[in-house]
Amino acid sequence: MATEITFSDEIANLLYASEGNPLNTCIQCGTCAGTCPAVEYMDHTPRVLIGMIGANLRDEVLLSNTYWSCSSCYHCTVRCPAGIDITGLMYGLKRYSMWKDQHKEGLIGPSFSESFIKMIMRTGRSFEPVLAPTYVTKYGSREMFQEARTATALFFKGRMPLLPKRIKRLDNFRQMVRRIIPLGGPS
Amino acid sequence: MTKYAYYPGCSLESLAVSYNLSAVAAARELGLELVELDDWNCCGATSYFHIDELFAHTLVARNIAIAEKEGLDFVAPCSGCFKNAYFTNEHLKEDPDLADHINYALAADDLSLNGSTKVRHLLDVFIEDVGYEGIKEKVTTPLDGLRVAPYYGCQLVRPRKNGEEIENPQFFEGLISAIGADPVDYSSKMRCCGGSLIVTNRKAALDMVYRLLLDASNRDTDVIATICPMCNVNLEVYQKQVNREYNTNFDIPAMYFTQLIGLALGIAPGRLGIGKELVSMAPSLLA
Repeated sequence: MATEITFSDEIANLLYASEGNPLNTCIQCGTCAGTCPAVEYMDHTPRVLIGMIGANLRDEVLLSNTYWSCSSCYHCTVRCPAGIDITGLMYGLKRYSMWKDQHKEGLIGPSFSESFIKMIMRTGRSFEPVLAPTYVTKYGSREMFQEARTATALFFKGRMPLLPKRIKRLDNFRQMVRRIIPLGGPS
Repeated sequence: MTKYAYYPGCSLESLAVSYNLSAVAAARELGLELVELDDWNCCGATSYFHIDELFAHTLVARNIAIAEKEGLDFVAPCSGCFKNAYFTNEHLKEDPDLADHINYALAADDLSLNGSTKVRHLLDVFIEDVGYEGIKEKVTTPLDGLRVAPYYGCQLVRPRKNGEEIENPQFFEGLISAIGADPVDYSSKMRCCGGSLIVTNRKAALDMVYRLLLDASNRDTDVIATICPMCNVNLEVYQKQVNREYNTNFDIPAMYFTQLIGLALGIAPGRLGIGKELVSMAPSLLA
């Protein structure tokens, strides 16, 4: 009978190609937490989250907003005395949570990433005028009003085109993606 | 004119159109020709890597492969695009199996990659290929007395690419001095602007922008100089929201480094996209 793979093994496998050191080399010093510019908005500091992974607290990790609050600034990664690629870990956890389709309620990150990808498959390029405003409704009416005013100002400054650009070889582009992700490819 | 395969990236077609205009104009004045990459696609910012690594590397690789076909250095003005392209290029050189797999996909668009292209950020091209002295020689209107805060942000320097100084680099200060302005010494120059958290976690991002603006304003900054469209948009477009949220009165323009260089080279402001900003840069430049 095959031995059961623990959650911390799963995360380790997720990072096997990473150039950083394995998570179990973490010395729990907290340099990452002290460096992170978004730490106040995280349910768990990166240090605590790494401890939770080691303790196989799968459900708690999946319900944490920590990795979805990471802005990929790599400040923790370059300062980690144990040489762990903590930003790489945050990316890994985002992918894990997308695959498992499990994340904390009310987060914008997962659906934003998904619609970003869908947009790229449609046109080959991302289009800011559509991407950002879609989510501003979640921030309440005052923020929406402000965003609409900003968008109008940007439009009159020539910074908000009305139509997205499409790449020319879109068919080749989609075929290229199908060679990487053969199942349920984009149509 | 030295030619480069120029990858503007998606932001430079909309919110950061001034960066595109000023990059091309300032480069030309310095004898560099930025030839836009034919039919480039989005580099995926951070989102591709939230879904699938192989997918992400493939989409990034397509752009590098187009540059490779032209036989020119790949140059990105956006720190995010630069970081993605740099590391995909490196990974593919180190991992032949991955390269094979991705080349099989690229063949669908008659492309292939062998890793011979150098991936560079536009700032690096200005500093390395023209140099501080080369730029100084061409300055016609030095920005005397203008206090410019160099904002490095994240992904130009992090993660470390090749052993360079990442805690307190000075190369951006050198560039600001070369055009006659005074580089502002402030501690937040390497701190994150919040990036795409401005969409996905507004409160956190506004807080990060607030702290940057506060530090810069405490140091008598006239202008914050940026090297990335995302940084510029967060600092400039969302400055009003920061003022409302934190009861502040920040009025600090954020300008692309190419706009500042362009002005010093005597290029007309309109050709540098000046006038398209929401926080006007006119008062500090006319003072």
